[in-house]
Amino acid sequence: MPDKSKIIYLLVIFCAIAAFPFLYNSMSTPVNAKIQLNTPVIDAMTVKQCIVPKEEMRRDHMKILNRWRDEVVRDSHREFGSIDGVMYEKSLQRTCMHCHSNKSEFCDRCHAYASVDVYCWDCHLAPKENKP
Amino acid sequence: MSIGRRQFLKAAGVTGLLGLVGSPLLKIFAPGELEASSEFREGAALTARRWSLVVDMKGFPTVESYTKCIEACYNAHNIPHMDNEKHEVKWIWPETYEHAFPDNYDVYLSENIESMTFLILCNHCDNPPCVRVCPTKATFKREDGIVAMDYHRCIGCRFCMAACPYGARSFNWRDPRPFIKNLNPLYPTRTKGVVEKCNFCAERLSRGEHPACVEASEGALVFGDLKDKDSNVRNILRTKFAITRKPDRGTLPRVYYIIGGS
Repeated sequence: MPDKSKIIYLLVIFCAIAAFPFLYNSMSTPVNAKIQLNTPVIDAMTVKQCIVPKEEMRRDHMKILNRWRDEVVRDSHREFGSIDGVMYEKSLQRTCMHCHSNKSEFCDRCHAYASVDVYCWDCHLAPKENKP
Repeated sequence: MSIGRRQFLKAAGVTGLLGLVGSPLLKIFAPGELEASSEFREGAALTARRWSLVVDMKGFPTVESYTKCIEACYNAHNIPHMDNEKHEVKWIWPETYEHAFPDNYDVYLSENIESMTFLILCNHCDNPPCVRVCPTKATFKREDGIVAMDYHRCIGCRFCMAACPYGARSFNWRDPRPFIKNLNPLYPTRTKGVVEKCNFCAERLSRGEHPACVEASEGALVFGDLKDKDSNVRNILRTKFAITRKPDRGTLPRVYYIIGGS
């Protein structure tokens, strides 16, 4: 068979191309998806607790945020309720980002890892971060 | 050193008292925690059955008198100052009598009125055409009469701009962020491709504050409940002659203007 060598060459090239993404990923440093919870405001808290349990927030924050958005904008129900006598407003900029003032470490890291492209920040302003 | 019974009881009493009072005190002075509560309290929101605004032209004799209202609104809501007039975004702006009340214009009008500058904003109509034409219900009427917008839903079709007889709506032809002079970090901006307009400061009302323009006007703008017969706006409308913009359109505007008179 005169084409045998050609086929083998092309097969090697094909395998190299097909395996490239896997090789590339195994060689490159893994993306840091661990979110950073320490901000000045959170560090100063006596009881470190979100207004919704952590597991529920992690699993459902996108649904919760969408629901709050509709309740605030369309029904003007802005009160989340009070925890330990402190009233919380359903507000991304006034409440969520007041504590989690580190968008790049709190939101972006995990979204980048999961390849999620959110459009929140097209309009909503993230707090200024002092990047070292 | 041993302590006596009396000393022990004193010490125990003081420690107990500290335990009771101390932790709530610490909470109050803990940084960052009370900030939210001082801004947002349960039941602090201003509510009405029908919000409305009265513009008393006596209160706007100079350019500064209305500029400060406009600036207050621009700073509160992150409204851009566009350099190109075609891209202008307006929530509240100055206008001549001819443009504000074209139906009542006449060449032989009093010079006094012709030289006046009127503050124009969304009329929050009782019968708002912008709400009727919006295909996504991004513009809607709240129960308290405010014609509000849900920018998350706006698709930028600009039907509302065609429907509004008052030109109270602006389209974002460009990303507005680079054109905002004083960025208010606690209020969102808008994005390219949505329509925006005055919201009667719905977000400020929810915190118990009056609209930004009303606060800055020092009494020239009166904001109140039109369905409460003893409200400030009703008292003014009862005694003074007020007009609305383009009443023949049947939109029932709820921003009133008092021109001249005592």
